[in-house]
Amino acid sequence: MDELLRDFLTESSENLAKLDNDILELERTPGDMGRLNGVFRTIHTIKGTCGFLGLARLESVAHAAENVLDALRSGQLEVRRDLIGDVLAAVDCIKLVLDALETTEREPAGDDSHLIERLEQWLREPDGSAPPLAPTPHLATAPALPDVSADARGSIGDSTLRVGVDVLDKLMNLVGELALGRNVLVQLSTALEDSPFAKPVQQLDRVTTDLLEAVMKTRMQPIGNAWSKLPRLVRDLAHSSGKEIVLQMHGAETELDRQILQAIQDPLTHMIRNSADHGVELPAVRRAAGKPADGTIHLSARHEGGHVVVEIIDDGAGISAARVRRKAVERGLLRPDQADALPDAQVFRLIFEPGFSTAEQVTNVSGRGVGMDVVRSNIEAIGGTVELSSQEGCGTTVRIKIPLTLAIISALIVGAGGESFAIPQIGIVELVRVTEEQQALVEQVHGAQFYRLRETLLPLVPLRSLLRLGDERHDDTFNIVVCQVGNVRFGLIVDEVFDTQEIVVKPVGRLITHLPAYAGCTITGDGRVIMILDTAGIATMAQVATSHTRDDTAAAEREAERLRHEAQATPTESVLLFDAGYPALQAVPLSLVARLEEFPLASLEEADGHCLVQYRGELMTVVAANPAMDLRATDPRPVIVFRDRTRTMGVAVNAIHDIVEAHVTLQRRATRPGVLGVAVIAGRATEVIDTDHYLRQAAATEVA
Amino acid sequence: MSSVAPVMHSSKTANMAQQEFVTFRVASQWLGIPVLTVQEVLVAMRIARVPLAPPTIAGYLNLRGQLVTAVDLRTTLALPPREAGAEVMNVVVRHDGELFALMVDEVGDVLSVETASVEPTPPTLDDRWRDACSGIVRRERGLLLILRVHAALRAEPGSG
Repeated sequence: MDELLRDFLTESSENLAKLDNDILELERTPGDMGRLNGVFRTIHTIKGTCGFLGLARLESVAHAAENVLDALRSGQLEVRRDLIGDVLAAVDCIKLVLDALETTEREPAGDDSHLIERLEQWLREPDGSAPPLAPTPHLATAPALPDVSADARGSIGDSTLRVGVDVLDKLMNLVGELALGRNVLVQLSTALEDSPFAKPVQQLDRVTTDLLEAVMKTRMQPIGNAWSKLPRLVRDLAHSSGKEIVLQMHGAETELDRQILQAIQDPLTHMIRNSADHGVELPAVRRAAGKPADGTIHLSARHEGGHVVVEIIDDGAGISAARVRRKAVERGLLRPDQADALPDAQVFRLIFEPGFSTAEQVTNVSGRGVGMDVVRSNIEAIGGTVELSSQEGCGTTVRIKIPLTLAIISALIVGAGGESFAIPQIGIVELVRVTEEQQALVEQVHGAQFYRLRETLLPLVPLRSLLRLGDERHDDTFNIVVCQVGNVRFGLIVDEVFDTQEIVVKPVGRLITHLPAYAGCTITGDGRVIMILDTAGIATMAQVATSHTRDDTAAAEREAERLRHEAQATPTESVLLFDAGYPALQAVPLSLVARLEEFPLASLEEADGHCLVQYRGELMTVVAANPAMDLRATDPRPVIVFRDRTRTMGVAVNAIHDIVEAHVTLQRRATRPGVLGVAVIAGRATEVIDTDHYLRQAAATEVA
Repeated sequence: MSSVAPVMHSSKTANMAQQEFVTFRVASQWLGIPVLTVQEVLVAMRIARVPLAPPTIAGYLNLRGQLVTAVDLRTTLALPPREAGAEVMNVVVRHDGELFALMVDEVGDVLSVETASVEPTPPTLDDRWRDACSGIVRRERGLLLILRVHAALRAEPGSG
């Protein structure tokens, strides 16, 4: 059934149910203007909506009744028993038509002229002296209607209730608490063997789960509710800019939690506005490009797994990747060579960065360079993601993925410093268990820790020190929870990983809402209160994106650096930069580095003209990166440890400078042994060293 | 989880000129809050710490599935910390729709006093008390300070 018609039926049946009583009450107390006005409004509303829906028969009856009621209001007519009888007859007629509408979705055929005539008679002869028309209106209309046994079916009005949102919120809250209580019981009963409670608890468990689902359903609303204003918006935008735009909407019935619905309303509006304003071209331009003059914006929603995917596709001008690259370079977000190397898919991500706008013209609608970053942060705030892809000349697609609900989430329970925390699963990419042997993969640079996870360098955030939970002391093994926030990945070091639980998110109290580390709290199965970590907040607190930049000076610089990293995380490699006393910095791909060490001067021993150090139970040769280097000058001495199949050796350097992500392209050949060539890394000419040269040098000192 | 029912009192509630206060002791000072602000009184409960929270917040406790923010009045009123193992009582109050547990050392009787006998806090009173209290009642056992609940629920300890 049409959504409008359904709403109309629901609303009308609610109002009509009251109407009979109100009219009867009016008959008893004719002077009750409040009640009279109420009755008038109800009939007036029905008449107005009928006209809108094209229900001519209903409209004419309602109109006649409305006129009589209006005359009563103005005092032209007086409340009389026979007059009220006619009004009631009109209401009955309206009810009958509505009932038929509900079954057939069409107005039943029928003749109401007697009824209407009777009502009009009152206006012509207010004293009611006119003889009553022969058949009573009720009988006149009833036979004309199809035989509808409305009572047996239960009408829409009977099966729908309006319930306050606060009641639903309270229900959700209560059922959440019930679920927590259930968790406690389940935990207790599984701990007991042969418990007589096992069965009933199992039953309770099942019922609670069903109840939870049912209550969540009551909070669901079709996404179409958030779309209702969009057709008008598009029409107005098209009109003011001289464009022809068709807005197509699919999947408006897709349901979402109302909290999420509210959160995406503004981002959606913003993106539709963008499509209409920047995406779709003027008709003349479109025709010249061989496209239909009418532009199309296609808005769709569908369920996908536990998520809802919303797509906004326009067939407009699209976004030029080249222009985004140019802009990124202008804004200092990327260097020209970086911009060229970046794949288009990643280039489009830049659009969601703060202060980034490609609109050449600033219109009064959008394009002020604010917005898309807000769109992204709004969507990420509810655990969603947004992606943009575009083909120049063909159009742009924005894809938003959002969770169904926020009230109950799946979370990983971890331990750190003796406390437990919950981390929402949606932000977790993977878990890495680091054993003693694998600790070589953890690197320390300027006090920040990194973990070499496959080909990428993962910034590490120790949860203990972040939350000031006591000494940062790693046991032999520890766990890294790899989290993703937007495009940034980082590893949260935790002491223990317990299990995954469905948790009920409760807001944190007023006194701690300012703490960015928490997204809320929950009560676990054993009745403990634990905090839910906010991975986005933690990323900000720990500045993971920038933890390797040495000087935390301007925020803009950090942002630029972060972008550079994000943008290049996949196709580039991690390069270790160090100082060896040469004018240029030296570089070596991090993948070739086994470990970074610092040896106290006393441990560096000289024997047979070589520098040796006792390292992990063996004698390791240490070679100076620069023959001119005085090994005694620095204490402790930083040493980069390399390892090939047969040996481990160290290269002594003056200082470890940084680890950066870069494309290493040799641009000049080497003139000095030990150097492969010169490449531009992090904006500077950098010598890339030849590790083989040093490994061979070390090999020469060994016993064959 | 055991809870002590709100302390019952049998005096003349009908008398409009009377005010009733739940009394409790923090360190050596007796304080009172209007009886209607108190939801219940609990014996010591397990409190979950909230790392990084302001010092006055002892943590959260789970009151039959509801979250209650525990505020240690000793910290709030800048009094010396409680000795380890000392008994704690929680006075649960509802403030702005949120539940708070005021951690105190001892809970006393509900005291009914004539409104007229609640005096303004004397200007000679220590700053931290003057700010946290709305009035003072003289009793045989010593002074009873009337605590402003909202002042006790600020994030910073002591007075500004």
